[in-house]
Amino acid sequence: MSGVRVLVGTRKGAFVMTSDGKRKKWDISGPHFAGWEIYHMKGSPANPNRLYASQTSSWFGQIIQRSDDGGKTWHQPGTPPGEPTTTPEGMPKGESNKFAYDTSPETGKPLTTHQWYDGTPHPWEFKRVWHLEPSLTDPDTVYAGVEDAALFRSADGGRTWQELSGLRRHASGCSWQPGAGGMCLHTILLDPSDPNRIFIAISAAGSFRSDDAGKTWRPINRGLKSEGIPDPNAEVGHCVHRIAMHRSRPGVLFMQKHWDVMRSDDGGESWREISGNLPTDFGFPIEVHAHEPDTIYVVPIKSDSEHFPPDGKLRVYRSRTGGNEWEALTKGLPQSDCYVNVLRDAMAVDSLDSCGVYFGTTGGQVYASADAGNNWAPIVRDLPAVVSVEVQTLP
Amino acid sequence: MIRVVLPAHLRKLAQVDGEVKLDVKLDVEGQATQRSVLDALEACYPMLRGTIRDHVTQKRRAFVRFFACSQDLSNEPPDAPLPDAVATGAEPFMVVGAMAGG
Repeated sequence: MSGVRVLVGTRKGAFVMTSDGKRKKWDISGPHFAGWEIYHMKGSPANPNRLYASQTSSWFGQIIQRSDDGGKTWHQPGTPPGEPTTTPEGMPKGESNKFAYDTSPETGKPLTTHQWYDGTPHPWEFKRVWHLEPSLTDPDTVYAGVEDAALFRSADGGRTWQELSGLRRHASGCSWQPGAGGMCLHTILLDPSDPNRIFIAISAAGSFRSDDAGKTWRPINRGLKSEGIPDPNAEVGHCVHRIAMHRSRPGVLFMQKHWDVMRSDDGGESWREISGNLPTDFGFPIEVHAHEPDTIYVVPIKSDSEHFPPDGKLRVYRSRTGGNEWEALTKGLPQSDCYVNVLRDAMAVDSLDSCGVYFGTTGGQVYASADAGNNWAPIVRDLPAVVSVEVQTLP
Repeated sequence: MIRVVLPAHLRKLAQVDGEVKLDVKLDVEGQATQRSVLDALEACYPMLRGTIRDHVTQKRRAFVRFFACSQDLSNEPPDAPLPDAVATGAEPFMVVGAMAGG
C-alpha cells in the first residue's frame, strides 16, 4: 500500500514521520541532529530514499547531511562512512560544509557588494542554507538557496558546491538589501517541462528566472506593489515570501508576498493580485493541490508586526478558482487562543489520490489533512518550532 | 600529544567521546599554535571543517571561544605559541561554544 513520509525541520532537530495511505497513524523518528536548527529537508524526486538536510547553527555554521535510506541513517556527504577522511594528497575532506562565493577571476576579490541596512555597500557573507532543491531527474544533483542570497549547486550528491554566480552578477545585485530576517534565497522551483528554466526568490530582492540552467538571470517582479517602494516599476526590492507552481502547468506561478497573494500566467513576466476575500493577505507559505492546478492554499497571518493568525483562529484558506475566491478550512484546527506562525517552507502536499496537505507551526504542531484540507488532525503537537515541512509520496 | 576538548555538538559530529588527542606538527621553533592545533584537528576530523573556523577566511567563528590554562585565548593571533602546558599535553586546549539562551 502506498504511503507518505513527512520531513520536518525544527529549531532543535529533524523529525521523520511516516504513515500508510490512510494517513491516520504515524510513526515518528527523531530528533535527528538534536539541538541543531534544521532549516530544510527534501527528498530526491528521482530516488525517494535520497534525502538532503540543511543542519545549521549560529555557533558552528553549516552542515549538509545526506541519507541514502529514506532517513534511517545520515552522513555528511563529504566524508561518507568507511571512506578515507583525507584525499590521496593528504588534504582533509569535509567539503560538503563549504559554500564559498565566487570571486573575480581577475582580481580574486569579491564579485560585488550588496546594500546594507544603512544603505552602504556590504560584502556577501555566507550564513546558512535555507532551502535544498534536489534535481527532478538526478539524485546526485541538488541546488541550495543560501543567506546571504546566492544559489549553489552540487552535482556529486552534496559533497562539493559551486555557486551559480550569474545571479549575483545581475546588475541589480549591488542594490539588493536584506529584510529583517536576513537576505535569504528561500525558494527554488525547477520547471519540469524545461530543464533550463529555474525560478528563485529572495527576501527582500524579489523573484528571478533563468532560462539557461542558471547561467544568467533576470528579475520577474512586474506587477508587484510594495509599501515602501514608491516606484511602481521597481525591478527589485520586493519581499517575496514564497512561490509555488503545479508541475503540469509550470507557466502559472502563485506567490505569497510580504503583503498580497499574487498570480502569474506567463512564467513570471507579469503578476496580478488574487488576494480577493482573504481576511488578511499577509502570510508566508503558499501551496498548490497535487491534482488540481487551480486549487491553492495559504495561511493568512494578521500583519507584518503581528505574526499570528487573525482573531486567534488558525485557518488555512483554499481557493479552487486559482485565487480571488477563498474559503476558510477550520475543521480540526484551533479556533481560539491560537497565536502561532506558519513559516514559508512549512507547508507541503502529497500526491496520493486524495491529496494530503501538511503544515507545521512555530508552536511545534504538525497538522495533516488527508482530504485536501477539509479535515485536519495533528500528527504531533509539541515539537520545537517548526521551520520546514516537506512530504514524499511513497510507492 | 596535544589534548583538545570539543563542545558536545562537535563531539557528536566528529563521533568522539571525551578528549581528542592529536599529533600536532610544530612550527619551525618547535612550538604549537592555535593554527597548527586546528589544522591537525581538521585533518583528523574533516567533518569539523567550517564549524570552528570559517571555511574561507579561516577566522574563528563569532560564537566559538578558545580557552587553555584558565586563559581566554580566543583573540590571540592564530600563530602565537600556545602555553607550554598545552604543548606538552599537561593541559587541554578547549573549544567552547559561547553561552546563550534559547
